[in-house]
Amino acid sequence: MTATPEPAQNLIDRDRLNDVNLANQDGHNSFIDQGFTWLVQGFAMSVVIVLGWMSWVIFRQAQPAIEKFGFGFLWTQNWDINELTFGALPYIYGTLVSSAIALIIALPIGLAVAVVTSERFLPPWIRSPIAFVVELIAAIPSVIIGLWGIFVLIPFLQPVQQWLFQHLSWIPIFNSEPAGPSMLIAGIILAIMILPTIAAISREVLIAIPKELRTASASLGATQWETIFRVLLPSAISGILGAAMLGLGRALGETMAVTMVIGNSDQISTSLLNPGNTIPALLANQFAEASDGLHIGALMYLALILFALTLIVNMLAIVLVKFLKPGEA
Amino acid sequence: MAFSTVAFRRTLTTSVVTVAVAFAPILTAIAQAVTLNGAGATFPAPLYERYIAEFQRKNPDIKVNYQAIGSGGGIKQVIAGVVDFGGSDAAMTDDDIKKVGKGVLLVPTAGGAVAVVYNLPGVSNLKLSRTALPEIFAGRITRWNDPKIAQDNPGVNLPNAEIKSVVRADGSGTTFIFSNHLSAISPYFKGRVGVGTAPKWTTNPIKGKGNPGVAAQVSRTANSIGYVEYAYAKQNKLSVAQVQNKKGEFMMPSVESANEALSTIVFPANFRVFEGDPKSGYPITGLTWMMVYKQYDAEKSAAMKKWVEWVLTDGQAFNNGLEYTRIPTETATRALQAVKNEVKP
Repeated sequence: MTATPEPAQNLIDRDRLNDVNLANQDGHNSFIDQGFTWLVQGFAMSVVIVLGWMSWVIFRQAQPAIEKFGFGFLWTQNWDINELTFGALPYIYGTLVSSAIALIIALPIGLAVAVVTSERFLPPWIRSPIAFVVELIAAIPSVIIGLWGIFVLIPFLQPVQQWLFQHLSWIPIFNSEPAGPSMLIAGIILAIMILPTIAAISREVLIAIPKELRTASASLGATQWETIFRVLLPSAISGILGAAMLGLGRALGETMAVTMVIGNSDQISTSLLNPGNTIPALLANQFAEASDGLHIGALMYLALILFALTLIVNMLAIVLVKFLKPGEA
Repeated sequence: MAFSTVAFRRTLTTSVVTVAVAFAPILTAIAQAVTLNGAGATFPAPLYERYIAEFQRKNPDIKVNYQAIGSGGGIKQVIAGVVDFGGSDAAMTDDDIKKVGKGVLLVPTAGGAVAVVYNLPGVSNLKLSRTALPEIFAGRITRWNDPKIAQDNPGVNLPNAEIKSVVRADGSGTTFIFSNHLSAISPYFKGRVGVGTAPKWTTNPIKGKGNPGVAAQVSRTANSIGYVEYAYAKQNKLSVAQVQNKKGEFMMPSVESANEALSTIVFPANFRVFEGDPKSGYPITGLTWMMVYKQYDAEKSAAMKKWVEWVLTDGQAFNNGLEYTRIPTETATRALQAVKNEVKP
């Protein structure tokens, strides 16, 4: 190429002309384009296929339990492996309650972290370490969080639980004497685990809000807090909801950390200070030793219910986002 | 340009040669080694890991793997034929054995005791009779100052407090050994709870995941009682209760008292034992088995025999050091004979 005797100036001009020729559709290029499109579509489809395949396998393995118990499985609450009677209610209840506690705690804290790290309250050298540390929580393996829960968090929060029982026991959710592991502790552990998801995504959403909104709000005489609560948060609401739903999805499916702190009791109790159990925790505890077909079937049925729960949560999120989006309500 | 090409070629050639030289021994080792894959019970996993390390030092040409996935998982994988041997704390049932096309032998490899651990402030030498222990875990005795507990503990200041029981959340051989013993000595427990790796407890206990979960719960909750593997109780210095055996003696768990219990057990021809109440020694003692097929290909059957022979002879010397009991010598010899006769290429 360098051997061509032509002046360099001409060459560049010609190349440029070729570059800007948008109508260029020669066969070679379009073949690559086509191939790439197929490749990308293929990858996208493979995700759907894997999900469908998993659901099919779980559904088929759950078949014995579905035939035997039908929908009654959802609202009965006897789990006896020796008698081969199974009911899912305590686990569905526990999964929903522990995740709800987690969301109630993690959403305000996560939002606070997002606001503090995206606004200019603090100098950058404090802001970015805070954001970084919160995101780092997501990198801790859940079994480590669970061990920390058993050996540090439970003893640390035991006086708090005791206090709640002694002073607020007239409220049904605090009306039992705490023994250590409890639904409340599981919710708190889950809150810690989903905090980074909520904080990081909300922060990105807040940062992405166009500058004009902020300046317009300030020029109308709004204070910084008024701007945050009346302009920034409402315009970021769909993104924040998305963050909350991603967090909730993780909370619903969390296994190891939950089973280590929830007490794994098979009884439903209104008191959050009592131990409970969740679907993933039960699966993790019993699957390795399950040998009877019906027992495995019941566990798979539970897995299917968890699938459905997550699906419902995600669909609700989509509906909610559509509903809350300004101009599309 | 020309220089760089030559340099590149040289580097490439050198690296290929280096890599080939470096990996050659590993490749030949892989080519020669026979691999035996096992999976199953978690209870004997630390012992099997030690066995494997020692065995491989003497037999570098045989590679043994053991995955601790639980007894139920071990039996499932043996039936599915995806492993070369399995491990289980509960002897396979007749139905399960029938499902194994190649035929299967159960080889007892070790035994272990389950310790009853408790947390009673101010009490350090609790004794539990054959009436008290099962009824506590079946929910008939609910308070610590119950006369059925007090009568064996004269002079001990038992609190007037509710008994908080702690059990395993995950299905486990430890729970099987424990519930098997309680069912053997108490029809009441057998009727209410029964035997299993995860029976339905009627006392609404707190359930901890694994031995650490139960131990953490008991050590932190006053007035609680639970059960863990003996080795675990010993390492973590938990308060251990004395348990009454068939002779009426109150026994502390130890390798010696568990060995004594095993020595009284009569092993039938197929080595399956469901005994829950040994005549003497520490009563809450159970066994763990290796499940070995009766048929392998020529290479594997030789390796398998070598491995089982080592476990039942030299390997047994490691049991006591790791707080497991030994299989009585006469039984080990019989089991070895059975493997030699029945495992065929």
